[in-house]
Order: sequence, then structure tokens, then C-alpha cells
Amino acid sequence: MSTDALALPRMELASRPVVSRLHDWVTTVDHKRLGILYILYALVFLVIGGIEATVIRIQLIRPHNDFVSPQVFNRLFTMHGTTMIFFVVMPVLFGFANYLIPLMIGARDMAFPRLNAFSFWMTAFGGLLLYFSLVGANGLYGAGNAPDVGWFAYAPLTSRTFSVGHSTDFWTLALLVSGFGSIGTAVNIIATVLCMRCPGMTLAKMPLFAWLNLVMAGLVILAVSPLTAAQIMLLVDRYLGGHFFDTQAGGSAVIWMHFFWVFGHPEVYVLVIPAFAFASEIIPVFSRKPIFGYPVMVGATIAIGFISMSVWAHHMFTVGMSSAANNFFVISTMAIAVPTGIKIFNWLATMWGGKIEFKTPMLFCIAFLFQFLIAGLTGIMQGAAPFDWHLGNSYFVVAHFHYVIVGGILFCLFGAFYYWFPKMSGKMYNETLGRVHFWLFIIGFHLTFDFMHIPGLLGMPRRIYTYEPGRGWDTWNFIVTIGVFFQAAGILVFLGNLLWSYFRGKAAGSDPWDAWTLEWSTNSPPPVYNFASIPVVKSRRPLWDLKHPADPDWKYE
Amino acid sequence: MQSRGSINWRVLGSQILVWVNCNSAGLSNPTPPLSPTNIFSPASTPAKSIFGLSLFVLAVTGAIFLVVFTLLLYSVVKFRKRKNDDGREPAQVYGSNQVELAWTIIPILIVVALFMATARVIATVQKTSPPGNAIAVTAIGHQFWWEYRYPELGVVTANELHVPITDPGHPTPTFITLLSADTDHSFWIPRLAGKTDLIPNHPNTMWIDPQETGVYLGQCAQYCGTQHAKMLLRVYVQSKDEFDRWIRQQRQPAVVSATASQGQGIFETTACINCHAVSGTVANGRFGPDLTHLMSRDTIAAGAALNTPQNLRRWIRDPNTIKPGSLMPAMELNDQELDALTAYLETLR
Repeated sequence: MSTDALALPRMELASRPVVSRLHDWVTTVDHKRLGILYILYALVFLVIGGIEATVIRIQLIRPHNDFVSPQVFNRLFTMHGTTMIFFVVMPVLFGFANYLIPLMIGARDMAFPRLNAFSFWMTAFGGLLLYFSLVGANGLYGAGNAPDVGWFAYAPLTSRTFSVGHSTDFWTLALLVSGFGSIGTAVNIIATVLCMRCPGMTLAKMPLFAWLNLVMAGLVILAVSPLTAAQIMLLVDRYLGGHFFDTQAGGSAVIWMHFFWVFGHPEVYVLVIPAFAFASEIIPVFSRKPIFGYPVMVGATIAIGFISMSVWAHHMFTVGMSSAANNFFVISTMAIAVPTGIKIFNWLATMWGGKIEFKTPMLFCIAFLFQFLIAGLTGIMQGAAPFDWHLGNSYFVVAHFHYVIVGGILFCLFGAFYYWFPKMSGKMYNETLGRVHFWLFIIGFHLTFDFMHIPGLLGMPRRIYTYEPGRGWDTWNFIVTIGVFFQAAGILVFLGNLLWSYFRGKAAGSDPWDAWTLEWSTNSPPPVYNFASIPVVKSRRPLWDLKHPADPDWKYE
Repeated sequence: MQSRGSINWRVLGSQILVWVNCNSAGLSNPTPPLSPTNIFSPASTPAKSIFGLSLFVLAVTGAIFLVVFTLLLYSVVKFRKRKNDDGREPAQVYGSNQVELAWTIIPILIVVALFMATARVIATVQKTSPPGNAIAVTAIGHQFWWEYRYPELGVVTANELHVPITDPGHPTPTFITLLSADTDHSFWIPRLAGKTDLIPNHPNTMWIDPQETGVYLGQCAQYCGTQHAKMLLRVYVQSKDEFDRWIRQQRQPAVVSATASQGQGIFETTACINCHAVSGTVANGRFGPDLTHLMSRDTIAAGAALNTPQNLRRWIRDPNTIKPGSLMPAMELNDQELDALTAYLETLR
């Protein structure tokens, strides 16, 4: 196969009919094309989820606003949460992992290319199924109902008594289907990292990106499986007379919470560990130094992976657990701050003594460091269970997890987009537009999510479609909503930059950043077969060794 | 050491947070300027212990923030690539075990300190058992209103909880058993205590011992369905005498005046009585709020509107105009019937 591709001139590829080229994309099993499909698919849903967030914020701009009805508002926050977690952040991270892992470990593809394609299409159809509810689900308010049970869908609100019609079923099935896709991808990443590394690349010489995604994939298997099980139990309850979560028949609402959060908390780390992976590649290159404390970074990641499996009930401090259980989840939650802190310090030490270049990818990663620090500290506040009796389910917690997901993960993702765009497209992005995007987005982010903490401290619960005047929440909510428009403008500049650069950008060359990992040793975009000959490596930074033959890394590692 | 540390933090914290917490202990007006639901102006022991802990946690996290933020800022500014850069790569440093050990051990010590302070407050709040003269209340969450029962005092009411003030020398705390009739809800009066969920088939308890009279606000804090937003909480903290008077009044059967017999007839022959109870009459429904002493309440629709004759009439005519998605149906009454029914409800004092 690879020899065929070698023989086929590029011109000939480009001149084939559109239908034929689309057919290639739909039937592809190439990890790079699947990676790009994941990413494009996630970008579409990012725009949809973003529009939902904007409508939510317009509704909350002042008390007693009636921009949308309570029914519509409840569907909007359910769809926003579900979309952003399952159909934006997870797919886009899987996309980058798919695209980059084989290139970074010197392989020609993932371990199971057909499983890879299957996983992508499962995830894709899961998202379509969720949105098909808008036409397909008859419900309490007539035909065409998005789910309105919240993204964590607490029982018994999901029982047929309280959730009439089929909107909840679309939610359940969408997550079930995409869950199979996620598990398939996780299996594939683990097999690829363990079995497909090029000669010389021992586990201790892999790029951190591969290590972190390996841990992420392990967490996906452990976390998504209980969620899938719980979805099946919910379907049994709704259609086969099961009583798992049916409180009227002796079932337990609390057991659903356990099932959901034993998925839900590791899921946070499923999302954030790949973001750490981007930062761990980008920060060294733009500081011109190797990552500080590589073995400690690997150890801290594994520690985070393990501890993250034992913190789930910190989402449940208010459900009336015993004080012993509360104490356990306080200590485990706070313990996770230690390895996370180690990572922040190691990135800091990587920049220390370097020569930091403020290109767009690095700007986003530096902002990530500051913001993730704050997100971690507000996390500690909520880890102190009694403090969480106030903060839990208030706007403070909404601000906190958006600080993690937007301020941490999305910022790293933007960094990754700009960093690897030249590799994926072969074109350089526009640096000025990149900076405009950065400043618009960082202003919007801080207007929205810094000020969102305050109404939470002043007693504003989440998921309310409107609120009473005179509670001291009005001004803060107004500022929060204004920030959304800056963020939206930033996203438009970002998408514009990608499009413009793809068609009009300058050729990037194979190694625009003078970087050190293997993906920069092949063409941009890489050929189908990735590498003309499989590379052989001696250190964690094979391209450094190549560029500095007098002073190679393998002498010191 | 623990308790002394905690008091010091409280003193320091109240200076730092003076813009948040303008309500000092001696004031009789319980509404703090910034917000009536500010978690930083506690007025009851559980909320006060949380406040003490929160200041400690804020101080520790604030200190960590300052140190790490400064280090980050310093390294970004100091180690930026200069204009006159010589183009050579900086010294390649791979790591240092001593440094790694330092920034592992120090955070562990901080975590241990935070955990111990937290465990103490968990014990204070969760391990308190009711004294003999505690008031027992059962709060039942409904879509989308609150039912309150005083089993020892024989009172059933809705949406507005009345409790006596606690005198520190002679405490009369209120212990609340939390139940749910349908979906999950959460009981949160930020100035009195942290929130505790009301979960069907999973009874919970919480307690408050408010030390200042007044009305304390809050609202449902767990998404429970369409009208989660307008499931508001009001707690009336009264002096001992006022509370006793309120209890005596609530225990009276409904007073029915002859002038409202037409309205009473409408009430008792439409579906109203399927859901609402008026003690001493045929109305004994339990899906909706007990209306025996409806006019003793300041608000209707779980705090969504003031209890005025106009609002009451509007509510009966079409609840969706006040609270869209409320489970009370519009009864399709004509104007004359609405007037009579409103007049009858207004006699329920």
C-alpha cells in the first residue's frame, strides 16, 4: 500500500473528481485523515455549543428576562453541557491523539486502522443522534424536543414519570453510541503506544505527548464503561420495568449519582491530561529547553490517573454522605493537587532559564498556566467539603469548571491548533490574526469566568432560567454576558484564520518551529505512509540529536 | 492551635472581606448590603463554622496563588527572548531531584493542614445531635414548592418556614429532616447553613440555629425540573414569643366567614381540592400546598409572587403567567367565579 502511494504523483490526486475525493474521506482508515475528521467534526459542534451558551447568557443578562422560556432554557443547558463534553472536547482530543501519536512514535498508522474508523463514525453518529432529538423526539411540549434533564441527568428526573416522551432516550442512546466509539479509540491508543514505537524508542524515550495520551486512554476505558452501564440500566428502567433508579419502587437516586460521577470525575482528567500533553510539547519548544523532570512528569500523570479514580463523590458532598465518607473524599481530592502542582512547577522550570518566544501557540500555553493555577485553587476550595456545601451547584462551581475546561483545556487546544496547523495543512497560519484571537479570547474569558465566581458566592444556584432582582447578582451577570461576545468574536477570528491560511497561507515547510519530535522530520502535510523509512531514535528529542550532532541528548538522559 | 488559628483567620478575614461582609454581629437588621444570600455573612452556627473554614482555605490558596503567580510572571518576563539574542540555544537542563522533592513535600504538608481544618468543621456540623428542646421540622421538596411539617407541634404549612431565634445561653436549634416527594431538590439558605439535598427514598437531616431575627432567603439548589428557578426559600426567624404565637395561630382550624360561601363552593366542587387541603373542610389534597392559613403567608407560588389579591387572582386564572411550567393547571374559571374564589381564599387567615 505504501509503495502505491509513493508512486502516485500529488497532481493526479488533486485532479480527481470531488465525489471520488469525498469517498476517500468517508472510507478512509488513515489515522491522519481520521484525526482531521474528528477535529472538523468537533469544530462544527463547538460552534453549535457556543451558540447555545450565548443564548443562555443572553437570557441571564438581567433578572426576570424572557428571551427564552424555562423549557427552552433547560434544554439549552443540557445540550450545551452534553455537546461540549462528548462532542467537542473528547473528539477534538481524540483527533489530535490520532493524528499525532503515530507520527511522534515513528509509526505508519494506529494499531487498528479499521477500529479507528469505526470509532470515529460511532462518535459522529452519536452526536447526530443527540441533535436528531430536535426533530425526532416527541415529548411533553410537543414534537421536537431536545433533552432537558441536565448533562448529569440525575434520577429520578429521567424516569418516565418526570421525563415524558423520548427526549431523554435520545440523550441516553447518543452517549451510549459515542461511548462505544470512545472505548474503541482508547483501546487503539493503548495498543499503538505499547506496540508500534519505532526502533530505539523505549517507553522512557517516548514524547510526553504519547505518555499522557496513554494514561488518558486507560482512564477512558475505566471511566466510560460505568457510564455505558448506567445508560443501559436507565434504558432498562424506562422500558423494561427495571427499578435501578426508580425511587417510587425502592430504587436509588443516589446510585445513579455514583455511577455518573465515577465516570464524571475521571472524565475531567480524560479531558485535561491531553491538554497537559499539548502544553508539554509546546512549552519546551518555545522555551528552547527540554521538558524539566521528564520522569517526574510521567509519574505525576500516572498518579493523577490513579487518584482521579477515587475522588468522584466530591461531586456529592451535599447528598448527605456520612462524615467518614466526606472526609475520605476531601483527602483524596486534595491529594490530587500534589501531582497537579508538580506538573505546573515542572512547566515553570522548563521556561526558567530558557529563551521564550511569544508565538501564538506559546501565548495560549502561558495563559493556560496562569488560568489552570486559579482553576486548581478554586478546586481546592471546593474540595474542602463544608465550603462545598455552599459552593456546590452554585455559579461558583460553574465558573470553576469553565476555568478548567475553557481556561485550561480550550486554551491548550488553541495552542495545539496553531502549533500543529502547519504540519496538518502544510501552510503557515497568520500570526497577526492568531494574536487578535488570543487577546479577544483572553479578555472575553476573564470577563465571563472571573466575574462568574461572584454570584456563586452571593448564593446564586446554577441551572436557573431566571433570577430575582435584589440579590446582588445583576451587575455580575451583566458583565459575564458581555464577555461572551468577546469570546465569540475570538472564535470567529480563529475559524477565519484557519480557513484563510489553508487557502492563502505561506508554505510552512516540514519544521517551522525548529522542534525536536519526529512529526517534524517528515513532510507537511505528511505522506500517507508518514515516513519514507522508519526512523531510529536514541533519545527523547531525536531531531535535537540530528541538529546538534556534537551535543546530543542521549549523552545526558 | 487549630482553634486559635481559626479565630485569627476570622479576624483577619473580616478585615480583608469588609466589602463583602458588612454585617457585624450586633446589628439587628439581618440583610447585608451586598446580597441577602451572601455566604460571607453567616447568621447561624453551621454557616459560621463554614465561614471560618472558608477564610482559612481562601488565605492558604491566596498565598499559593501569589507565590506561583509571581514565579510564573517572573519567568515569563525574565526569560523572554531578547531583541539582541545571539541565536544560540540556552543551557539544556533536564531536571533536578532535589527541586522535585521540595515541590512535592511542601504541597503535601499544605494538603494535610487543609484536611485537618476541614475534618474539624465536618465534625462540628455533621456530628451535632439535637438537644431536648430542639424544634423538629420535616421539609418535603415538591415540583416546585416546599412543604413544611412540624410533627411535634401539629402544624403543616408551605413555602415559608418559621423558626425561633436561638439564644446562645439557651439554644433552640431547628433540626430539619429533608424528604422529597418527586425529584431531587436542595435546601440552601446561604446565611444559615450549607446546602443539603432532598432526595426521594434517601432522608437527610440538617440543622440551623439562627441568632438574629429576620427573613432569610434562598432557593432550590438542585435542578428539579422546569420551574427549578422559581422554587424560592424563605425562612422567618422570630423571637420566641412571636414564634409561639405563630404556632398557635397555625394550629387553629380554618376560619370560614359566611360571605365567602360562594367561593368555598367553587373551591370544593372544582379540582382544587384534589391537590389542596383546608383543614376542617372536605379539601384534603396533598399534591399542592396546604391552604388552611394561606393569608398568613407573604408570598404565593413558592415565593415567585407577593401574596396580594391581584396576584392571587392572576395565579388562579393562569399560573403560567407567573410561573410557566408550574404543575398547577389553569382552571378555566370565568371572572365572576375568579372573584368569588379569590374572596374565599382571602378569608383563610
